[in-house]
Amino acid sequence: MGIGLTHYLVLSAILFGLGLFAIITRKNAVLVLIGVELVLNSANINFVAFSKFNKLNIDGHIAALFVIMLAAIEVAVALAIVLNIYQNYKHINVDEVDTLKE
Amino acid sequence: MLEILGFVEDIQKSLFLFLPEVFLVVSLILAILSDLFFKRLKFFNAYVALVGFFAAGISLFYIPKDQVGFLNSFVVDNFSIFIKLIILLTNVIIILMSFNSKELTHNKLSLGEFYTFLIGMTFGMFLVTGSLNLILIYLAVETMSISSYILAGYTKEIKRSSEASLKYVIFGAVSSGLMIYGISLLFGLTGSLNIVEINKILQTSPIPSLAFFISIILILMGFAYKISAVPFHFWTPDVYEGAPITITAYLSVASKVAGFAVLIRFVRSTLVAETSAQQEIWTLISSIDWTFVISILSFLSMTVGNIIALWQNNLKRLLAYSSIAHAGYILMGVAVMNQTGVASVLIYSFIYMIMNLGAFICAMLIANEINSEDINDIEGLGYRAPVLSAIFSIFLFSLIGLPPTAGFIAKFYVFSAVIDAGLIWLAVAGVVNSVISLYYYVKIMRNMFIRGIEVEKEPITFPALNLVVIFLLSIFTLVFGIYFSPIINWANFSANIFVK
Repeated sequence: MGIGLTHYLVLSAILFGLGLFAIITRKNAVLVLIGVELVLNSANINFVAFSKFNKLNIDGHIAALFVIMLAAIEVAVALAIVLNIYQNYKHINVDEVDTLKE
Repeated sequence: MLEILGFVEDIQKSLFLFLPEVFLVVSLILAILSDLFFKRLKFFNAYVALVGFFAAGISLFYIPKDQVGFLNSFVVDNFSIFIKLIILLTNVIIILMSFNSKELTHNKLSLGEFYTFLIGMTFGMFLVTGSLNLILIYLAVETMSISSYILAGYTKEIKRSSEASLKYVIFGAVSSGLMIYGISLLFGLTGSLNIVEINKILQTSPIPSLAFFISIILILMGFAYKISAVPFHFWTPDVYEGAPITITAYLSVASKVAGFAVLIRFVRSTLVAETSAQQEIWTLISSIDWTFVISILSFLSMTVGNIIALWQNNLKRLLAYSSIAHAGYILMGVAVMNQTGVASVLIYSFIYMIMNLGAFICAMLIANEINSEDINDIEGLGYRAPVLSAIFSIFLFSLIGLPPTAGFIAKFYVFSAVIDAGLIWLAVAGVVNSVISLYYYVKIMRNMFIRGIEVEKEPITFPALNLVVIFLLSIFTLVFGIYFSPIINWANFSANIFVK
């Protein structure tokens, strides 16, 4: 039995679930961002797998490239913001950054 | 070879459609350069931005309409032009507002970056109103989001501002991740990224409805986050309270309106059968009742926004919850899913821009002078600054939706569109919510005029420029409450979304 589309979709679904799990449970801002990366990469796997197995077109590959690019931009901005949080609070624990009242 | 010539021709034709965006990009580059050379001039980039916005605004009237460009991924129609004009007007008012903002101007040599990111965000919002390709939608939403993350934390030495931008970037990154996962599923189901083509494929071939439902819900989550609809609103109060007040006002109007534009275009182009007539209720393709889904979002946003606002004491946080509630009212017009509904959304967006920006400018002027955003600290303000308090009250009356003001007209058209479509329960919920909102808006007025009279305090004076701006906005609020046919006609003319 070769590797089919289903395998890729299951892999991406697992990655998506792990990413969401990391986002919800982690307290360190950098680890939350890594969770976001997992979610974005699961979408990438979907794009490339669909493009490969449905003999469609190159749209999926191009979409994956765009997502990689935007993930890089987003992480650059997010890390700058996390650095700024560190300068103001001396930690990057998302749960303890709560001067604004609930 | 012929194919390449075709592409070149398409791009040449498309550049004319893209003229306003070209002006924005040119002014963005000029702003970056002038930030290098004129660091000493505090507000130089504001004028660069104003010129850019003016050029973009003029060119909006001269570009060809109802045409698609860039390989069917970008469209210009009356709907997108209406939204773009609202965004440009918001930008101009925000720039005028920023001249007198104490938070922004103190401690800063130059505000160059502020205006640069403002232009960048405007470019993203312009793209988002016209995109027909899911990847372009994702790219445009990210362009506006990333600029707004930076702007929310622009006063980076203030603790709560950096906290606001952290919360914004984390929630934003998660919701855009969910959205792109939804897009990838939709791509797998239909084999296309162009929403018009997806629509055709959905009409001809059967697709598994559970997977389709999940993919559309994930995409709608990305949009709902932008318009801060409940249950995707958790970032809104914190970000609105922590960000500089100019940016709070900007996020609550411009980025929300852009979010509604992309939501409406996505729903109209993807989920609706092409055969359905414009005036009638749009026929949905699949068996899933999207009207119900959006009605639920709208109901939750109104109710949760209004009820939590009752307990708020911070002026910015109160206006944040009020903006969630207003997103709920606007969503009622989206849930109707016909041309009347779209027209009512446009009317509401335009009037919401005027009254909400007015209220935020008043809040900023008050916070500048008394160094507090607590609504208990504005006691007796009606006697220290009578003109400003009176104008603030006009905006608050309009936000409630009381008759002589424009807010009444906006609510009237949304409610009548909802009743026409037979969603009586939603209209009743909207009216009940307007009554609830009376309490917290009147609480502000009570504190200004009735409380704290005993204590004699110095009268306060305000900068002339912003007084003129809020005076004009309040005049518009009153005039459009009585003479409203121009807006109604213009919105009806613009409500026709171009579908190829």
